[in-house]
Amino acid sequence: MFRNVDWYDIWLATLDTLLMLFGSLLFTVLIGLPLGVLLFLTGPRQLLQNRAIYGVLSLVVNVLRSLPFIILLIVMIPLTVLLTGTSLGVAGAIPPLVAGAAPFFARLVETALREVDRGIIEATQAMGASTRQIIWNALLPEARPGIIAAITVTAITLVSYTAMAGVVGAGGLGDLAIRYGYQRFQTDVMVVTVVLLLCLVQILQVVGDRLVIHFSRK
Amino acid sequence: MIEFHDVYKTYRVNGRDIQALKPTSLSVRAGEVFGLIGHSGAGKSTLLRLINRLEEPSGGRIVVDGVEVTALAPEGLRRFRRQVGMIFQHFNLLSSKTVADNVAMPLRLAGEMPPAAIRARVAELLRRVGLSEHADKYPAQLSGGQKQRVGIARALATGPKILLCDEATSALDPQTTAQVLQLLAEINRELGLTIVLITHEMDVIRRVCDRVAVIEDGAIVEQGLVVDVFLHPRHPTTVRFVQEAEQIDQDGLREDFAHVSGRILRLTLKGETTHAPLLGRIARATGVDYSILSGRFDRIKGVSYGQLILALVGGDFEAALRQLQAADVHVEVLR
Ligand SMILES: Nc1ncnc2c1ncn2[C@@H]1O[C@H](COP(=O)(O)OP(=O)(O)OP(=O)(O)O)[C@@H](O)[C@H]1O
Ligand SMILES: [Mg+2]
Repeated sequence: MFRNVDWYDIWLATLDTLLMLFGSLLFTVLIGLPLGVLLFLTGPRQLLQNRAIYGVLSLVVNVLRSLPFIILLIVMIPLTVLLTGTSLGVAGAIPPLVAGAAPFFARLVETALREVDRGIIEATQAMGASTRQIIWNALLPEARPGIIAAITVTAITLVSYTAMAGVVGAGGLGDLAIRYGYQRFQTDVMVVTVVLLLCLVQILQVVGDRLVIHFSRK
Repeated sequence: MIEFHDVYKTYRVNGRDIQALKPTSLSVRAGEVFGLIGHSGAGKSTLLRLINRLEEPSGGRIVVDGVEVTALAPEGLRRFRRQVGMIFQHFNLLSSKTVADNVAMPLRLAGEMPPAAIRARVAELLRRVGLSEHADKYPAQLSGGQKQRVGIARALATGPKILLCDEATSALDPQTTAQVLQLLAEINRELGLTIVLITHEMDVIRRVCDRVAVIEDGAIVEQGLVVDVFLHPRHPTTVRFVQEAEQIDQDGLREDFAHVSGRILRLTLKGETTHAPLLGRIARATGVDYSILSGRFDRIKGVSYGQLILALVGGDFEAALRQLQAADVHVEVLR
């Protein structure tokens, strides 16, 4: 059993995966959340309704989302080098990961905000709130459970993306699985990495669900 | 307090114009409870939401407490809205905030009151609506009536002069409706708040309103003091609303009438006359005999009234009629 498994390598690869995951998740939320709010606000019959802005944002988001991640990884290489100075390793993986996940997350945020009862926005407006106050004091607090669920789904999607990022030499568990498990037929390495990825997804889901329940007051 | 000068509102839907409110002029006096009644889609909400410009008018002028609302710039409009509280059919409380935080919200948004003062004000408001023990609960943990009380406390937080109520009791059971209406009446009396309320139940109008306007197809078809509109409805829509409220069964009545002989009258008595010993005296003086077919005595906003349907036989009918009219009784000859 586990004859080929170098546990130290596994440990390093796990660290790489976690770094890629949380690094890209951070930027995904930082970029995707405002983008989602903007998509919502400029959407049809919303507070800052604006056909042109909504149309352009929507198109960009759809294009990025319809591109298979593996293609995005390769297409992004020049931009990644420009941003991080390398297309390799954890640093090289984060820009394509964010580019792949942020549009997806923005759409989920937009949907979560649409779930907020119109009456609540109206009541807040009737109190004399500005658009900025409506966003911070009504929309985001009311959509918090939905946004947390969106972060969970996005994080899990990012786990599978990090595995693919192994292809362009990003390191991590996926890279290990491909190099040893697949190319050298070391099935035991494959099994260990897959089990670790599974555990990671499971933990993310459980924590996410707990947070959603904690913040749902319905 | 609130004046509409030829205000109208049209919506454009699929290239077609829908006139939600036809050019309307209206005046609500300071300190009164003004009711707006109409069927679904009549334009009630549209009219109400024009007052604090949640809806932009397509034309006309709206003046509230001397301020030309239609001319306000965004910043001024936000300041103005703080002087107008609003409550809703579905309460529209923030589910993510506690009762206390919901009530504090308008004050925090205004950003003019220090936190300690806000806490004190919230406690005072919750006491007024009888929810002091529920301050730390979330809206989902409250009953409908309690949620509306939170809505009222929130609407009163900034000390507004006007309270707008959009079907505030439509989602509540009759008993809770009565309690909420009583609270509104109390607020109107004690704080001198001007209240505009929308409903599709004449009973709500009768219980709390001073004046009422009946709206249909985007136009006000009848308005006046509640007692007058109630006792002498003119427009068919108003007549139907009143009949609903009084639970008058027209067909049943007509059937009953077929079995009695003589003339049939409807008498409407109001104020002092209501309790005067009229019928016996007039019957003796004119020799007519009467039987009571239906009747109701009640009060609207402190004014007693009675409505009787009588059958008269024998004696001098014309004299009886004259004497009733002379005694300030409104008489309609039904047969
Ligand atoms: N945002 C809108 N866009 C298009 N049409 C609208 C809009 N809001 C209202 N209307 C139309 O305007 C008319 C009046 O609507 P309003 O909401 O004022 O009626 P209401 O009397 O409040 O009815 P209800 O008792 O059902 O609340 C209706 O025909 C409605 O379809
Ligand atoms: Mg309405």
